[in-house]
Amino acid sequence: MNRHLISAADLTKDDALLILDTAEELAAVSERSVKKLPTLRGRTVVNLFFEDSTRTRISFEAAAKRLSADVINFSARGSSVSKGESLKDTALTLEAMGADAVVIRHRASGAPHRLAHWVRGSVLNAGDGTHEHPTQALLDAFTMRRRLGGIEGRRVTIVGDVLHSRVARSNVLLLNTLGAEVTLVAPPTLLPVAVHTWPCQVSYDLDAVLPKSDVVMMLRVQRERMNAAYFPSTREYSRRYGLDADRLARLPEDALVMHPGPMNRGVEIAAEVADSPRSTVVEQVTNGVTIRMAVLYLLLGGAV
Amino acid sequence: MSGGAKGGTEVSGEYLIKGARLLGGEPADLLVRDGVIAAVGPEAASATAQVVDADGLIALPGLVDLHTHLREPGREDAETVESGTAAAALGGFTAVHAMANTSPVADTAGVVEQVWRLGREAGHCDVQPVGAVTAGLQGERLAELGAMADSAARVRVFSDDGKCVSDAMLMRRALEYVKAFDGVIAQHAQEPRLTEGAQMNEGEVSGRLGLVGWPAVAEEAIIARDCLLAAHVGSRLHVCHVSTAGSVEILRWAKSKGWNVTAEVTPHHLLLTDELVEHSPVGAYNPIYKVNPPLRTREDVEALRQALADGTIDCVATDHAPHPVEDKETEWDAAAMGMIGLETALSVVQRAMVDTGLLDWAGVADRMSFRPARIGRLDGHGRPLRPGEPANLTLYDPSVSRLVEPSGFASRSRNTPYIGMALPGRVVATFLRGRPTVLEGKLQ
Repeated sequence: MNRHLISAADLTKDDALLILDTAEELAAVSERSVKKLPTLRGRTVVNLFFEDSTRTRISFEAAAKRLSADVINFSARGSSVSKGESLKDTALTLEAMGADAVVIRHRASGAPHRLAHWVRGSVLNAGDGTHEHPTQALLDAFTMRRRLGGIEGRRVTIVGDVLHSRVARSNVLLLNTLGAEVTLVAPPTLLPVAVHTWPCQVSYDLDAVLPKSDVVMMLRVQRERMNAAYFPSTREYSRRYGLDADRLARLPEDALVMHPGPMNRGVEIAAEVADSPRSTVVEQVTNGVTIRMAVLYLLLGGAV
Repeated sequence: MSGGAKGGTEVSGEYLIKGARLLGGEPADLLVRDGVIAAVGPEAASATAQVVDADGLIALPGLVDLHTHLREPGREDAETVESGTAAAALGGFTAVHAMANTSPVADTAGVVEQVWRLGREAGHCDVQPVGAVTAGLQGERLAELGAMADSAARVRVFSDDGKCVSDAMLMRRALEYVKAFDGVIAQHAQEPRLTEGAQMNEGEVSGRLGLVGWPAVAEEAIIARDCLLAAHVGSRLHVCHVSTAGSVEILRWAKSKGWNVTAEVTPHHLLLTDELVEHSPVGAYNPIYKVNPPLRTREDVEALRQALADGTIDCVATDHAPHPVEDKETEWDAAAMGMIGLETALSVVQRAMVDTGLLDWAGVADRMSFRPARIGRLDGHGRPLRPGEPANLTLYDPSVSRLVEPSGFASRSRNTPYIGMALPGRVVATFLRGRPTVLEGKLQ
């Protein structure tokens, strides 16, 4: 495996399967009453969050702590934009503190690539702008594999704002590596212009794709997109691309409904769908901690 | 020839340039005396002249850049007139057009005269200020174009470069107004609404990298509109840094109509593509490749080369855009747009155009000296290498190769996209009205 995890494209099929298998073993630990392993004792993991994301930060923090790492939370939110310290100087500071791994969340696409130039430790991308969020894709794959028994040949439909979604980018890459058949569904305004070059199918018609889906992954729609004329209104959006009870009924019986969270209930997903037994939303959160443990373990574990 | 409004009192010696290939042709001697080419060929002889051995070197008319950012006044940390013109001389240029987006903006006679005077004091090459089209580059009302034209700086090229004159009515008026003094509007073609927050070329790479796209149509739509406006009012339009294959087609069409439209292309758009943002020796998302207009695709590069070769694009202009290190050593979104280019321009043109067989050296002289001088209405530059003409010339060795090492640049900035690349050729000497500004590759 690479020293860093910045893009889902960094992972070969063997890498990805190793992470999923490791997570499977670690999941057993999470079910014990004492959830802690000594594996990363004495190692330092820095959570460097330039963007608010309590859920992702807590997930990484829990993962690192369960492996006995020392965790430093560095909330740089605001400081970089308001002419504060540059990303490079922050990186040099972390380097001087001896960070073994830096988990970075940043509003700018590519910030983790830049960071990796300036630090010696491992860089873990916890979401960069509208680029990627590889551990989200890994936890989604882990969730699918646990529920469906496998990923190869499964039909996964990802619905919503693909253009601005780091979750979609990482999922398309990883699921393709793992042999799933991915279909993106979105209004044409929310697809990148060259999406036909991606390793997936594309459709504008959710109803046509639903019956052929083993998994439907709904993406969060940012309300501010409406002001930029990506679609006329949230009501029209949810009518054409939202997953409501009627559409849920058109899915194959054992199909899963996934959402990376946070959800806009009533926009991309109806409340009764979000709370249905088909929904894996809560499970995804649990699996998030497990998969991040696996990634930290594999990136840092053997190198003491 | 008037020698331009500048030049002052220059003491220039006597130089006998031996065996230079004039515009890449047969070797001949050139005698330079009193600021002019005194003799060419067998008549070029002198017992007193300093001899410059030009065996194997190409002699070109001094290069003229229509598009340079010298940053002074206002951003002297990035470049000064002194350092920028030193870089120009080392790149083989004898005249540069200094863009108006300084601080304060070059939108009054006072500022353009200041820049012009700084150029004369530096003495490395002629500095011809470009005047802003609109006051403060705000795109709201015309700057005092006539006052700048009538000033000592004798401004003929007007541009809001960095920003587009996007208001169609204002653009029309600007085009009309400058007819009174044979001016030209040099448009930075970028439809602002289509490029809000734009970070790189919109295409396959931007989609994968999750960077906001700068679509080709945002350039092409403005060029089409401006060609039509220029035709309608019978004025002169110059299009800055053309970057797309579609723009080339529109220009070709406008020229076929006989409209008075000219265009430039930068060296970097002739060589580099947007793939470098994703894969390069200096890492993904390295802002050294961030520039406006952005690097485009291989197909665009190919179309631009063909257009420069067939004359649809009239000239090469560097868009030399210095930025301090801290404005580039950042995440992509936060980085400044622009690349330096004066000290690598001729080498890049050799690589992209000459070594590929698309242009010969006479063609390079045309696209980097004759035509830009004519577009800028610069007297005394872009003249043939004939007796009686001002001795503005460049001696270039196309046979060598060099690794680009920015620490050796005269420019104050280091933001070159060619870092670590091997580029062909080297400027050996530059003469400005008979006086060497560069000899043996060193600034004089």
